[in-house]
Amino acid sequence: MIVKLRLFASAKELAGFSERDIPLTEAATTEDIWSYLIHQRDGFRAWRPSIRFAVNCEYVTGSVPLKDGDEVAVIPPVSGG
Amino acid sequence: MIRLQHERIDVDEVIRSVLGTSSGAVDVFIGTTRDRANGKPVRTLAYEAHELMAVREIEKIAAEASQRWKTDRISVVHRLGLVKGGEASVVVAVSSAHRAEAFEACRFVIDTLKKDVPIWKQEVYEDGSSEWPGHLSVQPSNIP
Repeated sequence: MIVKLRLFASAKELAGFSERDIPLTEAATTEDIWSYLIHQRDGFRAWRPSIRFAVNCEYVTGSVPLKDGDEVAVIPPVSGG
Repeated sequence: MIRLQHERIDVDEVIRSVLGTSSGAVDVFIGTTRDRANGKPVRTLAYEAHELMAVREIEKIAAEASQRWKTDRISVVHRLGLVKGGEASVVVAVSSAHRAEAFEACRFVIDTLKKDVPIWKQEVYEDGSSEWPGHLSVQPSNIP
């Protein structure tokens, strides 16, 4: 399956890209997104406690199964207002 | 009215959008940009968002506030892009029959927005350095 990974703010700067289609195995979960991010930049390891994922514009917690075509957003601490 | 925009916010327009004859109160919160942060002069502030998700999250917050405090109308407008010091970065307006509900709902909306809505502020300082407040540093030297 292919999921669309989107990164914002500091996470985008650390990764060096804002959007990328990534191929994953059929039973993939958000845990595989972590593996992908850490494989890209080891710095993501330290960020894990402060980052939330959103799948198709909804926050998720824990390990969530993904399906083909999902958008996974990497949400660092928000600072609007 | 829920909107993200690059243009300056017209506060009167946001207030007008919640007015109605059933309302006896309108409470307005205006978040403005400071020209100093972390003791350093700020040159510019830049806001970015996951725009679709941000609008949906604000809609959810407004719906919850409306239900909890039985408000009449809630409008939220947030700036994106470069915002100069002293300008409004966000305006929340809430109308209700009586003032207590408008105050409470308005506070809930801005407090929850700051906690959950995917919008980010980058501070660019006069010395050329920049920071995403509340984030771990992007500098590789600071990553353990």
